[in-house]
Amino acid sequence: MGHMQTLSRRAFVFGSAAVAGGIAFGAYGSAEAAVPSADGNPLAAGLGANSVTFNPWVEISPDKITLIAQHADIGQGVGSVQPIMIAEEMDLDPGQFEIRFAGPSPAYFNTGFADEFAPFVAADQSPAAEEARAATLEWLRKSGLQMTGGSSTIPDTYQKLRVAGAVARETLKAAAAKRSGVAVADLRTQSGHVVLPDGTRIAYGALAADAAKIPPVLDAQPRDPSKWRMLGKPMMRLDVREKVMGELKFGIDIKMDGMLYASVKLNPNKGQPLKSYDAGKARAMPGVKKILEIKNGVAVIATNSWYAMKAVDAIACEWAPSAYPSEQADHWKVLESSFKPEFLGKEWRKTGDIESALKTGKLVEAEYRAPYVAHQPLEPLNGVGLVTDKGMEIWVGHQSPRFVQWVASTAIGLKPEQVTFHNQWSGGSFGHRLEYENVRVLAEIANQMKGTPIKLVFSREEDFLQDIPRQIAIARHRGSIDKGKIVAADLQLASTTPLKGLLERSGTPSKDPDGQLAAGLWNVYYDIPNFRGTSYEAQGLSPSTTWRSVGASTSGFFTESFIDELIHAAGLDPLKARIAMCTVPHYRKVLETVAEMSDWNGPLGNGRGRGVAFVESFGTPAAEVVEVTATDRGIRVDKVWVAVDVGKVVDPVNFENQVQGGVIWGLGHAINCELTYAKGAVQQTNYNHHEAMRIYQCPVIEVRGLENDPKVRGVGEPPVPPAAPALANAIFAATGKRIREMPFNKFIDFV
Amino acid sequence: MIELTVNGIKRQVDVVAEMPLLWVLRDELGITSAKYGCGVAQCGACTVQIDGMAVRSCQAHIGEVAGKSVVTLEGLEKKEQHPVLQAWIEHQVPQCGYCQTGQIMQAISLLDLISQPTDEEINQVMSGNLCRCGTYPRIRAAIHAAAAKKMAEK
Repeated sequence: MGHMQTLSRRAFVFGSAAVAGGIAFGAYGSAEAAVPSADGNPLAAGLGANSVTFNPWVEISPDKITLIAQHADIGQGVGSVQPIMIAEEMDLDPGQFEIRFAGPSPAYFNTGFADEFAPFVAADQSPAAEEARAATLEWLRKSGLQMTGGSSTIPDTYQKLRVAGAVARETLKAAAAKRSGVAVADLRTQSGHVVLPDGTRIAYGALAADAAKIPPVLDAQPRDPSKWRMLGKPMMRLDVREKVMGELKFGIDIKMDGMLYASVKLNPNKGQPLKSYDAGKARAMPGVKKILEIKNGVAVIATNSWYAMKAVDAIACEWAPSAYPSEQADHWKVLESSFKPEFLGKEWRKTGDIESALKTGKLVEAEYRAPYVAHQPLEPLNGVGLVTDKGMEIWVGHQSPRFVQWVASTAIGLKPEQVTFHNQWSGGSFGHRLEYENVRVLAEIANQMKGTPIKLVFSREEDFLQDIPRQIAIARHRGSIDKGKIVAADLQLASTTPLKGLLERSGTPSKDPDGQLAAGLWNVYYDIPNFRGTSYEAQGLSPSTTWRSVGASTSGFFTESFIDELIHAAGLDPLKARIAMCTVPHYRKVLETVAEMSDWNGPLGNGRGRGVAFVESFGTPAAEVVEVTATDRGIRVDKVWVAVDVGKVVDPVNFENQVQGGVIWGLGHAINCELTYAKGAVQQTNYNHHEAMRIYQCPVIEVRGLENDPKVRGVGEPPVPPAAPALANAIFAATGKRIREMPFNKFIDFV
Repeated sequence: MIELTVNGIKRQVDVVAEMPLLWVLRDELGITSAKYGCGVAQCGACTVQIDGMAVRSCQAHIGEVAGKSVVTLEGLEKKEQHPVLQAWIEHQVPQCGYCQTGQIMQAISLLDLISQPTDEEINQVMSGNLCRCGTYPRIRAAIHAAAAKKMAEK
C-alpha cells in the first residue's frame, strides 16, 4: 500500500500521532482494497433503460429524476439540503425530483473529515496544515470511509454536490445541443428543462438516453453564490410537510408482508455474554411465536412489538459479569488514578515553559468532572432484517453504511457485500446511530428466522441499558496569573476514549491516541504564553462513544470554565478579556458579535448573572452568552445569545433551528443528565431519570451566523460545547458559586 | 374481538385487553403517526385523541378504549387547512420530526382549551412532550401563530 507508506512518512513529519484518520483507518483501508474504488459510480449498476447517471449523486430516467442524499438524515436536514445543493445547479425545483439515501459505497467517502483528522488546529491555515489535510483527504479517498458525523454534512458536500449538479446540467445541455444542432452557449436550463433559443423546452427525462451516450462534461463549474435561487436564502426544508402531516415513514414505521416483531433483553454488563435463561413464563404469553438465544441475550418473536416486549421482560436471565467496575464510584477512582505516564494519550500542545511559568504569580488550580451521558434519540433503536440463502437485507437508520455491512455480515458469517443496506429516516441520533447494537442483534435474530422479515424494536429501557455513553472525564487544570494577565495554563484530562471505542467496534481498531480528547483541550486560541494540553486515556472503564460534539462536549466545559476562573482571578471582565486574548481575528469577531448581541456590559447584580464561553469544535467557532436569575425556586435560564461562524450559511432557517437545538442539548444535559453504573448496569432507564430540557426550562435563544471563516463549516455540533460552561459561568456570576461538575443539579436547584 | 372507531372508521382487533392503544394503532392497524418513545407517559410522542381528549396512547389499554372514538393525526378534519399543522409547516418546526405528531396533537388540545395561550400556559401544557432535537422555540412560535390563525378564522 504505497499511499499508506507515504502518509506514514508525512505523519512522522507532522508529529507522532499525525493524521489520526490515516493511521486510525489503516486496517480498514487494507481490508477493503478489493472492493470498488471511490472512482466508481455505484448508481451505474442499477440503471434502467434510457437512463443516465453522471456521478454517484444524480440519476435520470425518462420518468423521474433521483438525487442522492449522501449522508444519513438524523434530523439535521441532510434529506433536504443535500438534494437541494444538487438541484440548485441543475435548475430543478422542489417536487421535480425524488430523494434516495446513498447505499454503501466508497464513492461516498467523507471528504469532510480531512480537517478534523489532520493534526492541526482549525484556525491554522498554514501551508503545512493544508498539506496535511490534503494528505488526509487522499487517505480518506483510498479508505472509502463513508460516515455521517463530525458536523460534516455541509463541509463534505458543499463543493462536490454542487459540482455533481453542474456536471449533470452541462451534460444535459450538451445532449440537447447535439440533438437540436444549437450551440451549447445558446442553451439555458430552467425548471427541469433545457430551453432552446426559440423557447422550445426539452425535459431532462427526455434527454436521458442521449446524455448516456456522450461523455459527461466533467469540467463544469458550480455557480457563484450570488446566482443562487434557493441556497443561502430562507427555504422550506423538503421533509417538513411530510413530518408535520405524519406521513413520513421512519425506520420504526416499516411494515412488510409476513413480518414478525422482535424485542430483546441483552446483558446490561455491556459487551458481555448471556450465561443462561429461563423462558418458561414467556413462552406461554400472548402473541409469542418463538424465543431465541443470541450471543449476549434473548429475543422474543411475536405478532406485535408490545407482545414481544412484555414476553422478553418475563424471561429470567443470568448474565456474565461486567469487564468494567460494577459500581460507579470505582469508575471515578479509575479516572482519578489515570493521570500517570503509563496512561498518557498525548501531550497535544506545549508552548513556552509551563513548569516555571506555573511558579510565577498566583497559582489557580481546579478539578472538573463530566459523567457518562446517554444519547437516547426519541426513536428507539430498531431495524427490519431479512436473511435468505443469498444474504441479508437490512432496513435501518444508520450513519455508517459500510460498517453496517461489516457488522451484520460478521455476526452471521456472511461477506459484507452479501448485506444489502437500506438507510432510513431517523428520529434523531446524537451519535447513537453510529453504534451497532441493533444491527448486530438484528442480524443474529433474522438469521435464526430465515425467510421471515423481522422488525426489531428496543424498548426504551433496553435502549438506555445498551446505550454506549458519552465519555466520562476528569480534568485537573492549573494556571497562573501575573500582573493581571494569564501567563500559564496547564490543561490535563483523564477520560475514556470515544472515537477509539467506536473505531474498534467498527472493525478498524487504532492504537493511536484518541484525537477527540484533544478537541476543546488544545484548540484554545487565547494569547497565553505558556500552555500545555495533555490527555490521559483511562483503561478498563465503560465503553464510550461519540455523543453530539464528542470530545469538546466535556473538555469545552473544562477549558472554558477554567479560563473563566483564571479571568476572574486576574480581576478581568470575562467577555472583554476573552476578546482581548483571542489570537484569531475572525474568532475574535465571533466574541465581539455575541458581546454586541447581548449588549454585554459587566455584572448585572440583583441575583442575575451572565456567563460566556467560546469553543471551536469541528472547525466552527461558537460563542455563547447565557443569562440566568437566581430565584427562590432555583436558577432560571432566561436568555442565550449565540454567534457562530460557518463561512457560509447554506440553509438559514435550518441553521437557526440546529443552533438553537444544539444549545438546548448542551444546557439540558449539563443541568440534569448522567448515567451511573450499579451492578454493572446503568441505573437510568427512561426519560424520568435522564430528562434533559423540556419546554418550560427553554430560554429565548438568539442566533447569528457569521460568514468570515475561509472554509465552509458545519453546525450540528459546535453550538453544544459552549453551552455548559457559559451556564456554569453565569451561575457563578449570579451566585458566586462555582460548579465544576456536570450535571449541575447535583449542586444547585433549577426552576 | 375489541371494537373501536379510529379516524371515523369502525375497526375490530383481536388482541388482549391490556394492550396499549399505541401498539394496536401501530402494529395491528398500521397507523404510524402515533410514535413509541418511552412507553411510560414521559415523552408524549404517542399522543392521540380519545373522544376528543388528548391522551398518551401508551397508557390507554385497548380494553378501556372499546366503543370509543380515537382520532390520530392522520384523521384530523380538514387536515391540509388545519391552523396548527399550517403553523407547524410555516415555522418549519421539525428537525428529526419524530416527536412532532405528538406535539401537534397536544398543541391542538391546548388551543381547544385556551384560545390565546401565554408562554407560561404553553409551558404548562406542552412540558409533557419531549423533543430531543430541541425545537421548543419553534413550537412556541407555531402555537402562537396557530392561535392567531384560529382567531382570524372566527
